[in-house]
Amino acid sequence: MTNKKTFSIGGIHPDKYKITSDCPITDAGLPETVYIPVKQHIGSPAKILVKKGDKVKVGTLLADADGIVSSDVHSSVSGEVTKVEEVEGEFGYLESMITIKVEGDEFEPSIDRSDDIVKEIPFTHDEIIEKIRSAGVVGMGGAGYPTPVKTSVPDNKKIDCLILNGIECEPFLTADDRLMVEKAEQIVIGAKIINKILGIQNAVIAIDENKPLAIETLTQITKRYIGVNVQICKTKYPQGGERQLIKAVTGREVPSGRLPMDVGCIVQNVGTVFAIYEAVMKNKPLFERIVTVSGDECKNPQNFRVRIGTPASWLIEKCGGISDDTAQIIFGGPMMGTSAVNVNAPITKLTSGILLLSDRLSHKEPEQDCIRCGKCVDACPVGLRPFLIARYTKENMIAELRDINVLDCIECGSCAYICPARIPLLDYCKLGKMEVKKTKK
Amino acid sequence: MLKISTAPHLHSSADTDTLMRGVIIAMLPAALVAVLFFGIGALKVILTSVAACVLWEYLIVRYLLRQPSTVHNGSAVITGMLLAFNLPPTIPAWMILIGAFMAIGVAKMAFGGLGKNLFNPALVGRVFLFISFPVQMTTWMKPSIRDFLNTDVQSGATTLGILKHIDASSSATSLTGGAESLPDYGQMFVGYTGGSLGEVSALALLLGLAYMLYKKIITWHIPFYYIGTVFLMTGIMWLITGDIRYEPLTHLLSGGLMLGAIFMATDYVTSPMSVNGKIVFAVGCGILTFVIRLYSAYPEGVSFAILIMNAFVPLIDKFYYPRVFGTGRK
Repeated sequence: MTNKKTFSIGGIHPDKYKITSDCPITDAGLPETVYIPVKQHIGSPAKILVKKGDKVKVGTLLADADGIVSSDVHSSVSGEVTKVEEVEGEFGYLESMITIKVEGDEFEPSIDRSDDIVKEIPFTHDEIIEKIRSAGVVGMGGAGYPTPVKTSVPDNKKIDCLILNGIECEPFLTADDRLMVEKAEQIVIGAKIINKILGIQNAVIAIDENKPLAIETLTQITKRYIGVNVQICKTKYPQGGERQLIKAVTGREVPSGRLPMDVGCIVQNVGTVFAIYEAVMKNKPLFERIVTVSGDECKNPQNFRVRIGTPASWLIEKCGGISDDTAQIIFGGPMMGTSAVNVNAPITKLTSGILLLSDRLSHKEPEQDCIRCGKCVDACPVGLRPFLIARYTKENMIAELRDINVLDCIECGSCAYICPARIPLLDYCKLGKMEVKKTKK
Repeated sequence: MLKISTAPHLHSSADTDTLMRGVIIAMLPAALVAVLFFGIGALKVILTSVAACVLWEYLIVRYLLRQPSTVHNGSAVITGMLLAFNLPPTIPAWMILIGAFMAIGVAKMAFGGLGKNLFNPALVGRVFLFISFPVQMTTWMKPSIRDFLNTDVQSGATTLGILKHIDASSSATSLTGGAESLPDYGQMFVGYTGGSLGEVSALALLLGLAYMLYKKIITWHIPFYYIGTVFLMTGIMWLITGDIRYEPLTHLLSGGLMLGAIFMATDYVTSPMSVNGKIVFAVGCGILTFVIRLYSAYPEGVSFAILIMNAFVPLIDKFYYPRVFGTGRK
């Protein structure tokens, strides 16, 4: 496919900083202790099944999904549970975590550890869903929505398009990029598995044009799989946003307040699709993921395969430690990620990157007066007026905020990135959304 | 010590100061042409105007509002340069001081400072001077490269001034009206004609436009639709009537059209924020410029056209904004 697609409204072009795109994924190894949070997804925390002193293996179920919108949590190491209590997380808040002291590296016997690629999908729809559910797979692109819920389509909705999100538009991050290069075939088989759940025959792998190796690899492999195609997209932030990607690939617009399945689309991050492949074909629970450790202050940036629960600080040490000029450490990407309060916080199913940023790069200037340049309006991929949202939020004008669709904000941060007056527009948007939601109840 | 802050953690390198500096750089070619053609007097006007605007802003912010100085952002320098661009090279310094006060003190600071003013400050200053001192404000100078340091005023007329006095009945074939003849297109393009300091050279102004577009300081919409509207309307009338006074290229290259469309109608603060709003605003400026130039007592229409459209900006912003993703609403 030669025509490159993109979404129509707004968008920005931040510097890419994809310094690790040529670094192969290496195994991070085993830390001494892992801290596994029982809530690594949207929904209710999982119910803890283990207690202090229990011996666990890699893949042992630690906590059981509590309700439909929840997810199982498994052990990522073998060893002894030393603590089941609240530990400080990445935001500095106490989170319920299971602490395991690592002893050896023994897997649950049901897990297929071989490197063989399994291509035949002998399972029924219900079996596949059950395997994904019991492997604790959640949306790994960042939202953490439990995958079984996302792929369960109500009878009155008809899905005709599966999109694999290989955009990874955040600067620095290359975890999905490397996964597409190194696990291309598994991802394509994962797409066929989801096809089987949805009862459709086609899938589109959307990749933006700054990942030539991933495009080439997947284009070669998809030739052997009928119905799976690569769609090259123009590089633009936030193309990885679900609604923006659907618009780019299919031209369809998800109506305000509705879900992608309302326009017949399901979007899955390529990392999630790989996890689905491993869950279904290899009986492997989601206990590890790819993490990019990078940043302009990172001495030795790399892509790692990391066991869930590994402390971020342990990964940073493997990359040369925290330099003197490091001003901020970010969990996730620099546009939407959070700056870490506690660098000992663990990697979760949703941590796509750990970034060490200098003050030069992440410095925030004090807020100045709006000069009405309109750059935020041009940048907003939703067509909102961030300057107006900021003004209404400051004045606490709730009804007006709702009228200008503040709830449609996807919190991509394009407005705050572009604002020459350095107004923290995203903060005002988030605050405005919170206020509007409060009055709704 | 690590910092904690909210997302996004990266920011575009263009902040307010950078954008303002970009606009100043974009105005330099026009300033250079002014000094080249009108001599040392033009330089004096520019420097006086910039100094006066910066001084007024500093005095008002520091001693009236008692706030930290805001002159570093460069917006007062831009106002000063734009005001100078709108003045004849022979204007006395005390008048510039008054114009600068009207621009900064009344049009900008009285409305709350940068970002809050309704009308373009430089244009308010210019129009105030134009109405108060019509003689001094319309004493034009003949351009000359050789007499750089010669301050003797050899008065000349502006292209539009000549056009205005052409007798409608005799104009169809003749290019001469009264005592002076119209400059040719080449002279108008490089700016070898009488007029306000910064408006004469279309070439220099277009260079500035190219720079601002390249640096993504402004979008192309306002200059394109403004100039396009004037060109289209005069062109249609010219084709219908054959009257030399409608000749579209002359209108394009003369008067304050290029200066207004490139540097003043595009002022962030006093123009609409959305693309559609910008187009409505620019077309409105174009229509008003056409009407004032051709059917009013004034030969020049750009200043009034932009100021009138400035007043409509809040209304335009209310009606024209982007469609929200996933809604049918306009």
